[in-house]
Amino acid sequence: MINIQSLTHVYEKGRKINFPDWEVADMEQWLLLGASGSGKSTLLNIISGLLKPTEGQILINNTELYELSAKRMDRFRGKHIGIVFQRPHLIRSLDVLDNLELAAVMAGLKIDHERNLAVLNDLGIADLARKYPDQLSQGQLQRVSVARALVNRPDLLVADEPTSSLDDENAAQVIQMLTSQAKENGAALIIATHDQRVSEHFTKTYLL
Amino acid sequence: MNIFKISYKNLARNKLTTILNIVLVAFGVAILSILFLASDQISNKLEKNAKDIDLVVGAKGSPLQLILSSIYHIDYPTGNIPAKDAYRLAHHPMVKRAVPLALGDNFNGFRIVGTDSAFVNLYGLSVQKGVFWQKDLEVTIGSTVASTSNLKIGDTFFGAHGLTGNGDIHKQHAYLVKGILKPQGNLTDNLILTNIGSVYKMHEEKHGEIDLHPNLPDKKEINDKQITALLIQYKSPMSVVLFPRMVNQSTNMQAASPAMESARLFSLIGVGIDTLKWFAILIMGIAALSIFISLYNAMKERKYDLAIMRCLGASKVKLFFLVLFEGILITFIGACFGLLAGHLALEVIGTFQESSQAKLTGLTIIRQEGYLIWIGLLIGAVASLIPAMQIYKVDIAETLTKDR
Repeated sequence: MINIQSLTHVYEKGRKINFPDWEVADMEQWLLLGASGSGKSTLLNIISGLLKPTEGQILINNTELYELSAKRMDRFRGKHIGIVFQRPHLIRSLDVLDNLELAAVMAGLKIDHERNLAVLNDLGIADLARKYPDQLSQGQLQRVSVARALVNRPDLLVADEPTSSLDDENAAQVIQMLTSQAKENGAALIIATHDQRVSEHFTKTYLL
Repeated sequence: MNIFKISYKNLARNKLTTILNIVLVAFGVAILSILFLASDQISNKLEKNAKDIDLVVGAKGSPLQLILSSIYHIDYPTGNIPAKDAYRLAHHPMVKRAVPLALGDNFNGFRIVGTDSAFVNLYGLSVQKGVFWQKDLEVTIGSTVASTSNLKIGDTFFGAHGLTGNGDIHKQHAYLVKGILKPQGNLTDNLILTNIGSVYKMHEEKHGEIDLHPNLPDKKEINDKQITALLIQYKSPMSVVLFPRMVNQSTNMQAASPAMESARLFSLIGVGIDTLKWFAILIMGIAALSIFISLYNAMKERKYDLAIMRCLGASKVKLFFLVLFEGILITFIGACFGLLAGHLALEVIGTFQESSQAKLTGLTIIRQEGYLIWIGLLIGAVASLIPAMQIYKVDIAETLTKDR
C-alpha cells in the first residue's frame, strides 16, 4: 500500500527532518505519533501528495507518487486517498450532500447518489443531508468530513489530528467511526495524533 | 453538482456583493443599449423619411427648422412663400418632381397637410380602404391617425388652427374622410392629407376673427395665394450645387438640403450622445473594478474552499476556470438584465413621447447589442483574471493544516 524509503524534508527555514522507512500493507491501521512540531503533518501531506519531499521515495499502490504530473497527481489523490483534516473544512455555500458530490466531481468520478446516502447513513447523519455546514455542530461537521473522505472508496484514509477539537464522547465516536469505516471500505488507515485518548485503539504505531 | 452550481451557490451566498456587481454591469449596459437603439432608430427614421427628397424650399429662416417642419413634421414652419414663385421653381428644368405643402392646421395633434398627387408619388402611398382625396375638404388619413382617433371612411371632423392642440377650431368647414392609407412605417402614417384648396378654404372665412397666430399670416395667404414649402427632387445629381444657390440668391426663399441639415442635427446631439457613451463606459469600468475587488477579497476566505477542492482532486486549471467563470457569470447576468432594462426603458420613453413622428420603441434588436454581451463577458474575464491567478499561489498543505 504505502512504501516510504529514505525520505527527507527540508523546511524553508532550513530545518531538516529524516523520516524512518515505513511500510503499510493494505487495510492496515496505523497511528502516527509524535509531539507537535515533530513533522507529523508534513509526513501526512507528503503521503497525500500535497507536499513534495526534498529527497526520498514514496510509493502508493506501487505508483511513484511524485513522478506524476501535477494534474495526474491531483486526480490520483482524488481517487485513491481520502483525507480528514483537523478542521472539517466543508464548503460553506454547499449543503452536506452537495459537499459529498463535490468530492466525486473534483476527482472526475461519477456522482453515486446511493453511495453518498449510504455513507451518511453509516455515519448516522442521513438526516443532515440537506443541512448547510453553518447549521451543524463540531461533531457533526467532523462526521461529514469523514463521509466526504469515504465517498470515492479510497484505498487509503488519512486523518490529521481528527479529534483535537472534539470532546471525549465525540472523539471516541470519530475514532470508532474511522476504524470501522476504513475496515468496511477496505481502506488502509493512518491517523496522526498526539491525543492520548486515541492510542488505546491501535496496535501499530509509527513514532516520529 | 458541477462547476456552474458551485459558482452559482457561491455567488448566492454573497448576495449583496453579487447584486451590487450585477446592478453596476446592468446599468452600464442599459445606458449603452438605449443609446445604440435610440440613435439607430432616429437616424433610420430621419433617413427613411427624407429618402427621395433632395431639397426643401421655404420661407427664409432657420434651414434646420424648415427641414424639421416640412419633412419630419416636428417643428413649426418658418413662414410661407408665394405660391406663384413656388410654382415657377417647380417647373424649373432641373426639377424632376416638386411637391407643394400647405401646413397650418391639425386634428388631435395630427397635422393636416395640403398637397397634391405628387406627394402620393413621392412617398409611394396607396390606400388601404376608400380612395384618395379629390375635391376640397376631402381627406385621406394615415393608418396611425385612423387607429388612434377612430376615424372611419365617411366620418367628418373639424380641423384646429395651429400645429398642436385644439384651441381654435375651424367650425365653418368639416373634413370628410374618403380613404385610409396603408401603413407605410414612416411619418405619413401620422398625417392627414388633403388638397391645398381645402387649406385655403379653411382660412378664407376667418375674416373679422382676431388672428391668434401671427406666425401664420393667414390673411395674406388668402389675398395672394401662399404655400408653406416645396419638396424638390432633382433630375440629376448635378443640380446639388447649382439649384440651391440659384434659389437662395435669386429669390426671396431659402433652399435647405435634408442630408446636410440632418447631418448637422446629428453633430449637435452627437456631443450629448458621446458624453452619455463615455459615462456608460465609465460605469462599466467601475463595475469591472468592483467585481475585481470583491473576487480578490473573497479569495482570502475562498482559499480554504479552493484548497479543499484541490485536495479532493481538482486541478489548478479547473479551479482557475471556476473563479474566472464566476466573474463571467456576474457580467453575463448583468449584461442580460441591462439589455432588458434598456429595451424596457426605451419602450416606456416611447409611450410617453408626445411627438408621434419620432416615436422610439424598445421592441427591436440591433446587432451592436450582441457586442454588448460580448463586451460584458470580456469585462468579467478581465476582472477575474488576477483573482483566478491566485489559485496558482495557494499552498494547499499550509492552508489546510493551519487553523482558520
